[in-house]
Amino acid sequence: MNKTRFTVNGRQVTCEAEGRTLLVDYLRQQLRLTGTHVGCDTTQCGACMVHVDGKAMKSCTLLVAQLEGSDVTTIEGLAQGNGPHSVQAAFKEHHGLQCGFCTPGMIMSAVDMIRRHGEALTEDVIRHDLEGNICRCTGYVNIVKSIKAAAKDMSGQTP
Amino acid sequence: MHEFDYFKPPNVEAALKAATEADDPSFLSGGMTLLPTMKQRLAAPSTLVDVTGIESLRGIEPRGEQGLWIGAATTHFEVSASEVVSGFCSAVGTLAGGIGDPAVRHRGTIGGSVANNDPAADYPALILGMNAIVETSKRTIRGDEFFVGMFETALTDGEMITGFEFERPNRASYAKFPNPASRYAVVGVFVAEFANGSVRVAVTGAGSDGVFRWHAAEEALVDEFSERSVQNCPMEDVDMMSDIHAAADYRAALIRVMARRAIINTVRPKG
Repeated sequence: MNKTRFTVNGRQVTCEAEGRTLLVDYLRQQLRLTGTHVGCDTTQCGACMVHVDGKAMKSCTLLVAQLEGSDVTTIEGLAQGNGPHSVQAAFKEHHGLQCGFCTPGMIMSAVDMIRRHGEALTEDVIRHDLEGNICRCTGYVNIVKSIKAAAKDMSGQTP
Repeated sequence: MHEFDYFKPPNVEAALKAATEADDPSFLSGGMTLLPTMKQRLAAPSTLVDVTGIESLRGIEPRGEQGLWIGAATTHFEVSASEVVSGFCSAVGTLAGGIGDPAVRHRGTIGGSVANNDPAADYPALILGMNAIVETSKRTIRGDEFFVGMFETALTDGEMITGFEFERPNRASYAKFPNPASRYAVVGVFVAEFANGSVRVAVTGAGSDGVFRWHAAEEALVDEFSERSVQNCPMEDVDMMSDIHAAADYRAALIRVMARRAIINTVRPKG
């Protein structure tokens, strides 16, 4: 058993679990944060995307044990205050989803790429940086549109 | 995934000790290959020794006038975003920025990639193409001696990569034809020309024994550093991989195309 202390959405947590416990399983089954999805479970689809210390990572390929002292943010912790996060709002406005299964991961990746590129985020860069997220409805056109709009809306702000 | 013991030691000595005391240890860095492999039960180490907490394995530093050092546990993202790296040789950052996807680059490390020696990974082409010095917990190994075969390296049991040292090339470039799903190289070619006039051409993604040098192209490029030089020079006599992604003869043809692209893209590094 390993004891790991870290934060999830700003809240201090202590996980006592076998070394093989994956972050996504701990989030979903212990913390009941089921907005982080398991799509492929093989590090390809990006439905399980979370932020670890501010960087997008796939929670199906992280052990909880690796996270001692880290800050984890999930889709549930993205919005500050009452309203949705700007990227969530943009996905709603531009209908950046079809079935919605990949959406939490898309949004977590979108926030990460806006942080890295800011206003320089072109459609070409968005499409390249979405390589780690798969939408099996193939609804990419509106996803890209949503991210582009969010990047524009958020210019000058901290994402 | 089978159960295992997990340790995150603070320094190299403690990591080597933990590995020595375990039945079947494995060093864990970013885990972008090892963890998926363990989930499929293709690997089942008794103990994971996480090296990412070891401060001396992280970072990017100039070494002398013409050198660069990258710590083994430095992520692909850190390499791709580093101004020290882009000032040294832009091809290094470009190669790192083309590995996998952003989430993989945030976690995966140069040491993990090189130690694993996947036949389609990008970093082996850099290490061999630059004949970089691989620093380990025991010794230093040149790129030419490091890669032994598919997923095989000169590393011995319990030996850990600690960093890499590179000599600045006059000019270098990497071109790859990525698998559209995995972003691994179907074929990737790293071309570098050094101050003494020597040229190295390293090919990943194609060989059944992993990364290899294309010697005829190197000789042709010493005579004339131009894409025309590799147009007709004989292909290296190695066994090419053949799979659902590309047949052997197609890979051989792609090597020539990627080499041409790398040569055309080659720019003299700043400074």
